[in-house]
Amino acid sequence: MTGAVVAALALVLVRLGNPPNMGYCIACFLRDVAGGLGLHRANTVQYIRPEILGLVLGGFLTSLSTREYRALGGSSPLPRFVLAFFAMIGMLVFLGCPLRMILRLSAGDLNALVGLAGLVGGVAIGILFIRKGFSLGRATAQNKSSGYIFPAITLALLVLLLARPAYIFFSEQGPGSMHAPLLASLAAGVIFGALAQRSRLCLVGGLRDFILFRDFYLLSGFVAILLVALAGNLALGSFNPGFENQPIAHSDGLWNFLGLALAGFASVLLGGCPLRQLISASEGNTDSVITVIGLIAGAAFAHNFGLAASARGVPAAGQIAVLIGFAVVLTVAFFNSNAFSKQGGAEQ
Amino acid sequence: MTEVKDARGLLCPEPVLMAKGEIDRLGSGTFQIVVNTAAARDNIARLAKNQKWDLSIEQLGEEFFLTLKK
Repeated sequence: MTGAVVAALALVLVRLGNPPNMGYCIACFLRDVAGGLGLHRANTVQYIRPEILGLVLGGFLTSLSTREYRALGGSSPLPRFVLAFFAMIGMLVFLGCPLRMILRLSAGDLNALVGLAGLVGGVAIGILFIRKGFSLGRATAQNKSSGYIFPAITLALLVLLLARPAYIFFSEQGPGSMHAPLLASLAAGVIFGALAQRSRLCLVGGLRDFILFRDFYLLSGFVAILLVALAGNLALGSFNPGFENQPIAHSDGLWNFLGLALAGFASVLLGGCPLRQLISASEGNTDSVITVIGLIAGAAFAHNFGLAASARGVPAAGQIAVLIGFAVVLTVAFFNSNAFSKQGGAEQ
Repeated sequence: MTEVKDARGLLCPEPVLMAKGEIDRLGSGTFQIVVNTAAARDNIARLAKNQKWDLSIEQLGEEFFLTLKK
């Protein structure tokens, strides 16, 4: 259900002005937010995306109304930051988070199929470590106000977006300049946030639960997005199957595969894809807030150091960063798995 | 006396893995698992249904005590 609505919202947002196959992309939009704040100076991807702000506010308000809001924290914040940082590098080498991968696939971008294969591979590697007792440890209850900080920051960003002071960046060209009207984006974000909070939609979790437990629940959301977006693209005539000349994509198969493999690996260790992290952060989980900050920092570094891919391909520095990312994520996975390390894993 | 497994503060998929571990270990019987997020509660409820174990849930404050029986 949620998946179907999300797919429909994504198609509407593209019709209203969002970049092609990017009705929703958590990685791209966090990158744009980083740019809007001037944390990187890639002038084509700077815009404080209202979809992100709406998502957080929608998730926060829903969790309050369902009494599911819990201020939690203290489960390995710094390792989470590092994992998120490299997950983002992987996603920006692929050019999209798992959600945009599905949307790209639904529009016929076959490079996304290569990305999907990478994502499944990355998730499978992460599951190997989970089976070896990988854990980032327990979160404990925090002061209730700690959980309000993230929604408060989000509100502050909304004020900056509306007030448009001179120090906030707005792209005049490129994907960052392409966006649906602010209120439409914000409303779509709130709806998505509320639905995602209720359904716990998670694209990495869908693959994970299916592989681990043969549980199809989360994966059904994944499939629903794909099918509804595919039907929509076919109906709108925006389905163009192929590898070449796909919007905001490159056709370097190896790096499409490795980029999302790194993202999938790191996301499984983090307990969810960027979408799920944002929702969890809005529900009061301060470890997920650290994860989101790691994602934003990764995006800022990716553009400041020329690591992110573009339609022209993946720069050499980006390729090296992905390889470093695998080494770092493997190291974190190893030292936090109780099969390998006495300190690792939660007590059973 | 049934054993209570403590999955408080653990993120997905660990609470479910913990429950699954008990289900596989016991085969049948009764055990309790305590969680403190609705997501973990719902995930274990789905596992119980898939594995055909009976489930009852009791909420105490911000914690959910799940009793699984087969």
